[in-house]
Amino acid sequence: MHLLKLIPFIAVAAAACATTATSPNTGGTASPPGEPTKPLATRVSYAKDPYPSTYRAMPAEDVFIRNATVLDGLGGMIDRGAVLIEDGKITAIGSEAAMTMPAGIKTIDAAGKWVTPGIIDIHSHLGAYPSPGIGAHQDGNEVSGPVTAEVWVEHSIWPHDPGFTRAMAGGVTAMQILPGSANLFGGRGVILKNVPGRTAQDMKFPGAPYTLKMACGENPKRVYGYGSGGFPGGAPYSRMGNVAGYREAWQKASEYKRKWDKYETDFDAWEKKAKSPAPADGQKKEDPKDPPSPPDRNLELDTLMGVLEGEILVQHHCYRADEMAQVIDLSKEFGYKVSAFHHGVEAYKIADKLAANGICGALWADWWGFKAEAYDGIRENIPLVHQAQNGCAIVHSDDAYGIQRLNQEAAKALADGNKAGLNISKAEAWTWLSRNPAKALGILDKTGTLEPGKSADIVIWSGDPFSSYTRADLVFVDGAVTWDRANLNSQPVVDFELGQPGEGDRK
Amino acid sequence: MIRKLLFAAALLAAPPAALAQQVAITGGRIVTNTPQGVIENGTVVINNGRVVSVGTAAAPAGATIIDASGKWVTPGLFAAFSRVGLTEIPSEDPANDISAGGSKFQASLHAADSFNPDDTAIDVNRIEGFTRAAIVGAPGNGLFGGYGAVVDFSGGFDSIDTRQAFMLAELGEGGASAAGGSRAAAWTWLLTAIDDSKAYPRGFEDDGEGDLLIRKEAVALKPVVEGRIPLMVEVHRAADILQLLTLRQREPRMRLILLGATEGWRVADQIAAANVPVIVNPLANLPDRFEILAATLENAARLSAAGVTVAIADPGEASHNTRFIQQLAGNAVANGMKWEDAFRAITSVPATMYGRADLGVLRAGATADVVIWDGDPLELMSSPDAVYIDGVATPMESRQTKLRDRYMKLNENKPQAYERP
Repeated sequence: MHLLKLIPFIAVAAAACATTATSPNTGGTASPPGEPTKPLATRVSYAKDPYPSTYRAMPAEDVFIRNATVLDGLGGMIDRGAVLIEDGKITAIGSEAAMTMPAGIKTIDAAGKWVTPGIIDIHSHLGAYPSPGIGAHQDGNEVSGPVTAEVWVEHSIWPHDPGFTRAMAGGVTAMQILPGSANLFGGRGVILKNVPGRTAQDMKFPGAPYTLKMACGENPKRVYGYGSGGFPGGAPYSRMGNVAGYREAWQKASEYKRKWDKYETDFDAWEKKAKSPAPADGQKKEDPKDPPSPPDRNLELDTLMGVLEGEILVQHHCYRADEMAQVIDLSKEFGYKVSAFHHGVEAYKIADKLAANGICGALWADWWGFKAEAYDGIRENIPLVHQAQNGCAIVHSDDAYGIQRLNQEAAKALADGNKAGLNISKAEAWTWLSRNPAKALGILDKTGTLEPGKSADIVIWSGDPFSSYTRADLVFVDGAVTWDRANLNSQPVVDFELGQPGEGDRK
Repeated sequence: MIRKLLFAAALLAAPPAALAQQVAITGGRIVTNTPQGVIENGTVVINNGRVVSVGTAAAPAGATIIDASGKWVTPGLFAAFSRVGLTEIPSEDPANDISAGGSKFQASLHAADSFNPDDTAIDVNRIEGFTRAAIVGAPGNGLFGGYGAVVDFSGGFDSIDTRQAFMLAELGEGGASAAGGSRAAAWTWLLTAIDDSKAYPRGFEDDGEGDLLIRKEAVALKPVVEGRIPLMVEVHRAADILQLLTLRQREPRMRLILLGATEGWRVADQIAAANVPVIVNPLANLPDRFEILAATLENAARLSAAGVTVAIADPGEASHNTRFIQQLAGNAVANGMKWEDAFRAITSVPATMYGRADLGVLRAGATADVVIWDGDPLELMSSPDAVYIDGVATPMESRQTKLRDRYMKLNENKPQAYERP
């Protein structure tokens, strides 16, 4: 019966395995050559990317950027460096003296300027909590329950949020948009390229994985336990209730996955039997029974199963060190990996454990004290997470203003770390802004560093980007100029701003 | 806290009695904020809590020499708007004294009466160069947020400098909401409160009350209505600013300070002509609300260029990260404000605004709030090496530096709790 109900959603195809199905299909048949003509039933699977990216790179010129101080994003610095951009890709980077400039190419003399990979903000709510922050725009958190892994934040994104263009002026070329942190499981995040679009799909980073937002600590307790004014409001009411909520959901997801795994195994066996040739002795082939029935689809558990299968990356909001340690054990209990802890105001207390478990810390430079779990914030948090062996530190914003100057946040953290006795270079510190977030988002093969073959997501800064006085002069995404500080016509004005005071002004 | 200060003095290898001795800070780049401008390789002499001299003369004999070669020497930073000392943790009611929505008193409230000199945010912000701040609560019920105070960041029990430095009020979207739902209601509310105060006591005879204010509130507003204490009004939309400025004709005695003024650049000439100072957040550049659609990073620079007296602060980062003001000023420069104006906007301008011309400057006779920096104080990567308040070197440590020192090295043999940084 449920098979019939599912038919409109059934995806391809008899020969395809579930993990490669890409588009919805009303079913199909497959009859291997020479087999009986009776149609075989199709394997039920679901599209993994039903809202696909429609991003198209803007027109780009080939460019040779020369005479610059280049930070490669891998921890290296090149004086009098050059970067070659061709067909939207970085094709060469190095000391200008060692490079050959293609004939007839457009050149940018970046004397006195610095060139870096574009900044990637791993924690933003742009588009989901857009400006103006009116009631009608509160689309960033599906507060209706503590487990809402079934919601996808891309379905909330308003591409006309002016915040996207402000972030562009700050050198941001890509970002992860996350749902909010009221829930234990807040839903799926999405990775965007920072380009203007008519739709969220126009901004989606092609080939980027999905992510899952989870949250520790005070927020779920406050919202569900005692947020509604009743006593007790509901679960979770305590930190132990938070963990019980995670475990319950992961247990359901494990059982759901087991059902799907069984379905796959059973279907394989059924299909093998159905396709097997008639016995050689001329006897009639055994008629295949009805194919196995798939489990009922559950959108919430689909997302959690994606995590258990390693396809969806967990981004966990967690402030206190002791809670992060609990979550690490939780992830081992159910067999998944945390990609990054976000906010991690106490990450410095367990920098060794984070590094040993391959988990990045996505952190603020200096926000602290606004709630109890942020009380132990220190300004050396980012450099101390970096300093641990194999440490992975990320500067994040979680803020429509902070995203505009993540380089400045890195500068503050770097200065404080070095003043406390660490010895971190500016070139190393840039890994906090592009390479490490790209790694934690699963897009490091495409962007995040200046290496041949990668997308030309690049910023030319007016000077040292660790200075208060420096601004992004030119911002490139896939080799196309998305922002030009010297040219107002190369600064996007979103729909909302048209006809309003200050339209088209320097922002 | 006093014990900490004495301890710090001991660290400088001087006995407590040395507090009264002359100190000469030599060799630094001195930003005076006076017609003396910037003095290279200069000397600042301080004694008994006062600046004795600023110039290029040699240090007086017998003075304790502090070598500031290669450093910057400036007046202490003065936060034009802060809530340090009013809340240890804003999200926890018992640790938050910022507003009192359940009180029938609002204009009568004094932030000084809530101020906690042991608040950990004081040390956190002092070691970033802040020596003084104007602190104030927020409106809890109605338009008034009560009296703001000027405090120092020594952490001592005598930190309150001025109990009644200004009165806070709110117009615009926030004021409209507080007054019942519209800007018109907020404006009438404000004028009625002023009229009630002016009418006191005659209008309150026979145990009556005002149209709006109870007796205590009407009395509390008197110094503001009579122009002895300025009224700081949070207002953002250009049209709202112009309306507020009409108060200058109706109530010529009253003195105003604009807080926010995010669209101020559109009416900069009118603000300058009214001679009303503003406190702006130079990084407010998003149309977050309909009252700030014209927000731009160039607001501070444009206002300053139009001749408006500009102070810099962000009321949204006022309690724990008051230190953010330094970054705001640097960004104001990045967006067109002159360095000198941006630095004054976080030192002498707020000091003067609150009647403390002895602060925010380095000149003979000034109060000796002095900071020695390892570089340009508006640069993100600079930080103070020493902070003097009233001529006393203060400890360069905070709860945060103690946590840092405790966890600099992990996996030691004994639990961190035995480590006493």
